Amino acid sequence: MSVTLPKRPARRLRLVRSQHKAPAPAPRKWFTWRRSTPYLLILPAIALELLIHVIPMVVGIWMSFVELTQFFITNWGEAPFAGLDNYDVALDFSGPLGVQLLESFGRTLVFTLLVVGISFTFGMSAALALQRFRRGRGLLRTLFLIPYALPAYAGIITWKFVLQRDNGLLNELLTTLHISDERAFWLIGGNAFVSLVIVSIWQQWPFAFLMTMAGMQVITEDVYEAAAIDGANTWQQIRHITFGMMRPVNATLLLLLFLWTFREFNTPFVLFGATPPDSANLMTMHIYNSSFISWNFGLGSAMSVLLMLFLVLVAGLWALWNRKVTRNA
Amino acid sequence: MREQTSFRVFRWLVLIPLAIFTVLPLYVMVTSALKPLRDVQGAFEWWPSNLTFSPFVDIWSTVPLAEYFVNSLIVTTSATAFSVLIAIFASYAISRYAFRGRGAFAGVVLSTQMFPGVLFLLPLFLVFVNIDKSLGFTAVYQTRLGLIITYLTFTLPFSIWMLASYFNGIPRDLDESARVDGASALGALFRIVLPSARPGVIAVAVYSFMTAWGEILFASQLTNSASRTLSIGLQSYANETNVYWNQVMAAALVVSAPIVAGFMLLQRYLVAGLTAGAVK
Amino acid sequence: MKTRPLAAGVSAVLLAATLAACSSGDADSGGAGVTLTYWASNQGASLDNDKEILTPELEKFTAKTGIKVKLEVVPWSDLTNNTLAAAVSGQGPDVVNIGNTNAVTFQSTGAFYKFDDAALTKLGGKDHFVGTAFATSGKPGEPPTSLPLYSQVYALYYNKKQFADAGLQPPTTWEEMVSAAQKLTKPDQNKWGVVIPGATVNASMHFSYIFSEQNGGSAFDASGKPTFTSQGMIDGVRQYVDLMSRDKVVNPSSAQFAEVAQAAGEFARGNAAMYFAQTSGINTLAQNGMKPDEYGIVPIPAPAGKTKIGSFVAGSNISIFKNTKHLDEAIEFVKFMTSDEEQAILNKAYKSLPAVQGVESAISDEPEKTEAFEKVLAEQAKPLPLIPGIQAFQASVGSAVVGLIAKAATGSQVSEADIRAALEKAQQKMASAPK
Repeated sequence: MSVTLPKRPARRLRLVRSQHKAPAPAPRKWFTWRRSTPYLLILPAIALELLIHVIPMVVGIWMSFVELTQFFITNWGEAPFAGLDNYDVALDFSGPLGVQLLESFGRTLVFTLLVVGISFTFGMSAALALQRFRRGRGLLRTLFLIPYALPAYAGIITWKFVLQRDNGLLNELLTTLHISDERAFWLIGGNAFVSLVIVSIWQQWPFAFLMTMAGMQVITEDVYEAAAIDGANTWQQIRHITFGMMRPVNATLLLLLFLWTFREFNTPFVLFGATPPDSANLMTMHIYNSSFISWNFGLGSAMSVLLMLFLVLVAGLWALWNRKVTRNA
Repeated sequence: MREQTSFRVFRWLVLIPLAIFTVLPLYVMVTSALKPLRDVQGAFEWWPSNLTFSPFVDIWSTVPLAEYFVNSLIVTTSATAFSVLIAIFASYAISRYAFRGRGAFAGVVLSTQMFPGVLFLLPLFLVFVNIDKSLGFTAVYQTRLGLIITYLTFTLPFSIWMLASYFNGIPRDLDESARVDGASALGALFRIVLPSARPGVIAVAVYSFMTAWGEILFASQLTNSASRTLSIGLQSYANETNVYWNQVMAAALVVSAPIVAGFMLLQRYLVAGLTAGAVK
Repeated sequence: MKTRPLAAGVSAVLLAATLAACSSGDADSGGAGVTLTYWASNQGASLDNDKEILTPELEKFTAKTGIKVKLEVVPWSDLTNNTLAAAVSGQGPDVVNIGNTNAVTFQSTGAFYKFDDAALTKLGGKDHFVGTAFATSGKPGEPPTSLPLYSQVYALYYNKKQFADAGLQPPTTWEEMVSAAQKLTKPDQNKWGVVIPGATVNASMHFSYIFSEQNGGSAFDASGKPTFTSQGMIDGVRQYVDLMSRDKVVNPSSAQFAEVAQAAGEFARGNAAMYFAQTSGINTLAQNGMKPDEYGIVPIPAPAGKTKIGSFVAGSNISIFKNTKHLDEAIEFVKFMTSDEEQAILNKAYKSLPAVQGVESAISDEPEKTEAFEKVLAEQAKPLPLIPGIQAFQASVGSAVVGLIAKAATGSQVSEADIRAALEKAQQKMASAPK
């Protein structure tokens, strides 16, 4: 295929490299404005990242190694060192807490795969459908992006109303259409999981749509035209050109969606309150509960660290895979 | 260009259900906000039989919504302004300089995307409390300032990542020639790079604004009645003796309207910014 | 050229300065006119209602002593967390209300001032307080870290008209209550015998506790170890869950009620003939437009032949933070709030029972209601266990029961095995809780 990729990546490499060589070998002074400019530029960002992200994270990791219960809350500096006790409890899959963590991990994984998979499919399909679509395109695009623009709690609380048993729209719709005769519960019991997935997709898919749409905009018309002249039909064009050129965007998008969805907190919190039904008890809620309701912050931190390690692992594997794919491409 | 019929069918099969899925809750929000309390307590009515605007009046007295609104506005605009400024500096450094630690910095910043919020909620709270203790007055704990610096940091990683990609797309020759003409690094940044990166900057600002306006978890622990923001305030309609669904919907509409309107005005920049950002 | 890069660094400093400028620095300047910060719990019908009730009283206090009080009414949903946060940080209000359920839990954090004998004497001594209420102030044998302010007990509220129309008498046993409820339940007209706040964790713990005590069960043994799977405990939970699952006198929709007030609303609208509530229910019902002569109050009945327990001693206590810079003023304030005069005024306004001796309770203008509550407090109230793990008990058993109610609501039969399994799980969760 005679597809030309945009030249940007290559050019960027050259630029950074030329930058590397450009400055004449500076005199061996310990400080020069020229050399410290980039550091001064990133200084505010570093300071804030340290204050808000890095230091608290280190404190959080420290907390996971101490016995931080209600007895040591006021003088937490003196909480006894617990070693790996908190991790032992969390990872003892024959004990009740380990089992709960494992269950909640499995539930979160299924939830994440469903939400990411469906959101991505929705987003990609909508972006494809709107590509090269003239009439009403702007209107539909704006409409699809509204759930993304809406503050999370406003959207979720509206869903909470939609999902009410007696006065919600969903049951009214289901009974009017005779899909079900009985008014079902959507916020308790097993259905709560379904609701959680639906509401999360409603919130997530516009982002997938936004990103894929943005990704598609850089594929110029003439690429498709060239393919059309070669005899490719619409589906072949989508498969070979769109999907091919979208791969880097999609890879990043899927990773971001996965990381964000796996640590989703807002949706279950607003939908169900601090104590969600078992079927919707995601890992973040489970941790929030053991920290702020059962007041065992050491254990809560240990579970958070495990959650983070898992996400780091996922991102690491992704990076390895991505590098391999990029190299082979 | 000609499209297959099957693709046209696919288009409508995709667009119509998605449009319904998207619109339904919004429809519920708007119509329920126009119903009296009685009518939102019974079975859902598709069309308000007794149209009323009173929920839009009542929301301001049921809970101190105006105070929450002001808090959210102050916190969100400040967080956005500073976040954008700091992200511009940092991403310019990443994009234009090959300095030692560049990779490490980018790595740390991006890896914060993996932190689960619950892990550093309590620690952050400890950090804030200790800052206040050493300062001797309440500076960051449960204040707007504390929330501002928290939110602005939350949005930094994505903003830096997006802006750096955007800057990479702007030919270096432009600012290099400006530098040859005697402009300083910042001069080149502000006079040459930024004007051509405007969609990227606006995209980042929109993103930061939306993130800060909608955050819940940290707002639930890091605010008190004086600094409470809308995300928590909105839930107080359910704490009352009755769940005022009509008022909840009216309030949701009121707090969403400005941000959705702003988003609609600026969305083309967001798409443009992401286009450059996503396709780095 | 050289000065420009400096701007980046300067901007960081500027940022810090600007941000500092917009923070609210409400530092105490010290000196004359001490200001106490007081977190009041949400006792009234709304936060504003609380402010209206408390503000004139606080002004009285200021006029009397010159000490100013900065009032913040905190909803219950936030109170425990905010107090916890204050305990962790050592930075909080000077004086705070806590739910007396949590008194021992909070005591164990060590964040609160211990009322020693000298302080107690200043406040009028132990005997100034009602004995059952004072028992909730902390672990027995240790100096209390909280003092009772408002006492409450549970009772059964019933709709007088619906009972009269059906020719029913207020129930004296659980069986009578259930049969009355069954007569009054007409699902097709959305009329139900009883309404419960099915998704409310703390209320669910309250009911499990009360009904377990009726059945001779106990949540904890003498050494403080959880015994959630004892037969009495299982029977008690079953008695509660059966209202929905077997007796079918509760609208399944109430399994979604995450606020006690929602149950009150159903009762006030006449959709349910009975509901269990504390004394403050009177306020809630008034707020919902139900007149006092439309409902009656009797103790929550026990099954025939079982122990007549209808409540525990609920209510709110007042505590002083250990880190307060104004201890004397704080004690002065507690003294004011627990004085005979203020107890009479505040408990009347809040429809709660006075926590001090010799103050007439004035919950209701109708003496029989006040008497019913006083009878429950005097004869049928058993205090909750005074153990640090009580907060974890509330979370684990409360949510287990919420889950069982959800199961009953979604149509499944809830068997004894289900109840045992749920309580077993709750008990295992306690393993991680502080002993």
